[in-house]
Amino acid sequence: MRGDMLRRDMDSTSDNIVEIRNLDFSRGMRKIFKGLNVSIRRGEVTAIMGPSGTGKTTLLRLITRQLIPDKGEILVDGVDISTMNQTRLYELRQRFGMLFQNGALLTDLSVFENVAFPLREHTMLTNRLIRHVVLTKLHAVGLRGAADMMPAEMSGGMARRVALARAMVMDPEILIYDEPFVGLDPISMGVIVRLVRRMNDALGISSILVSHDVDEISSVSDCSYLISDGKVAASGSPDELNRASSDVVRQFMHGMADGPVAFHYQAPDYAEQLLGRDAE
Amino acid sequence: MFRELYLTFRHFVRTFGALTLFLLEILKDTPYVFFRRFRLVVYQVYNAGAMSLVIIMVCGFFVGGVLALQGYANLTKFNAEDAVGTFAGFALVKELGPVITALLFAGRAGTALASEIGLMKATDQLSAMEMMAVNPVKRVVVPRFIGGVIAMPFLAAIFSAIGLLGAHLVGVGLLGIDVGAFWQQMQSVIEVKDVVEGIFKSAVFGLIASLLAVWEGYNAIPTAEGVSRATTRTVVITAIAVLITDFMITAAFL
Repeated sequence: MRGDMLRRDMDSTSDNIVEIRNLDFSRGMRKIFKGLNVSIRRGEVTAIMGPSGTGKTTLLRLITRQLIPDKGEILVDGVDISTMNQTRLYELRQRFGMLFQNGALLTDLSVFENVAFPLREHTMLTNRLIRHVVLTKLHAVGLRGAADMMPAEMSGGMARRVALARAMVMDPEILIYDEPFVGLDPISMGVIVRLVRRMNDALGISSILVSHDVDEISSVSDCSYLISDGKVAASGSPDELNRASSDVVRQFMHGMADGPVAFHYQAPDYAEQLLGRDAE
Repeated sequence: MFRELYLTFRHFVRTFGALTLFLLEILKDTPYVFFRRFRLVVYQVYNAGAMSLVIIMVCGFFVGGVLALQGYANLTKFNAEDAVGTFAGFALVKELGPVITALLFAGRAGTALASEIGLMKATDQLSAMEMMAVNPVKRVVVPRFIGGVIAMPFLAAIFSAIGLLGAHLVGVGLLGIDVGAFWQQMQSVIEVKDVVEGIFKSAVFGLIASLLAVWEGYNAIPTAEGVSRATTRTVVITAIAVLITDFMITAAFL
């Protein structure tokens, strides 16, 4: 009942399901975001890209309020999530599904129970129905036969596929993927890329995808944001990004070593460090 | 130097305040977990209690045996070796049972709780629960806390009982103390209030040991080193807290 009320409160005519406005966020002395603006359109697959350490995972954690911004607003369906109390936040989170970078499966539960976990916590479904739903989701990621395995018995790629099944078991409205393609073999990757696209279109959900894989992102996303130096460096469709003239975008999209984004972390002069006075 | 003292004191007060709020949050959710998710509690009673039985029983037996040996060696100087039963009974029921059980509990179950919760945090399992709209305090922390609180008094009682058995075997079987005198003197001197004191202490120590274990695990830095440090701190802080509390309760019961 409360969930329905919240849903009605949040129903917005806006095309954007998530809107980030003037976001500032720091970790210690390091500024991760400086006035970041991002709009996630309803019903689309939106990709967040950027070099390592630019804060892509941090951004996902901010969108789901696992972290609180220093400044700025994060609106989900028009409601600022930083003002929500825990009850409303949990109601909102039931509309989210999130795939963590490392899978984050509950290690004391079997694969089946991991996928069934949200259903057992939030619904009154019978065991028979739960079994049907869980096996359907596991079948979608190709792991119906692994239902009785424990997470410790699985490879990293398999664990991530189970985590994907768990993320979609409640049929969420917003699916968030943190590096979904890492550690997958080419066959699994192809299946998962198609699954992401198909689920988004068939169920009419919105997907947010963080990844480094430019080729996979290009094949699955409707819109991409490239984040660099705490801000959006470029945004648009994959074709638009590929044609962009900006040095940062070209360097990232084409994987070039030279460009505005330094490959080496800030360090003293190489020769001086090797041969200078401190060498001994 | 005064500034350092001030900062240390401020840190202590803050931590104590945060720990108190954490306890209140646990207590708030305890009725729900106890009555609606009792299966989780039962599993944790087994995990913290049954899995600690072997160490508790072995240690209890030998502590009882040592008490009989020491008691006999000293009491025999005053021709009072028949009081070995009373001596061992008092020591076990009022002091050593609750205190040593709490220390062993911290070493066996407390470290397991802290490292398990710390590792769940380090591998994003707690964050995943949060994202599934499941409160990790309610689902992970509270059942483990209740399990520890329930298990501790039983473990202390078993420790004392096995300790008395050890004292009997050493005192009566090995040193030749009269069996009637051993048990009869113990029965006539130890009163119900002494047993109540022991039960009260073990319940309080159970609360302290369980709370500190789940607190350290839940607040561990999510790295291998952080979890290891949390596990060590669980044992050290629990030992200190239990001994200080033991002194206060003993003084209050005098």
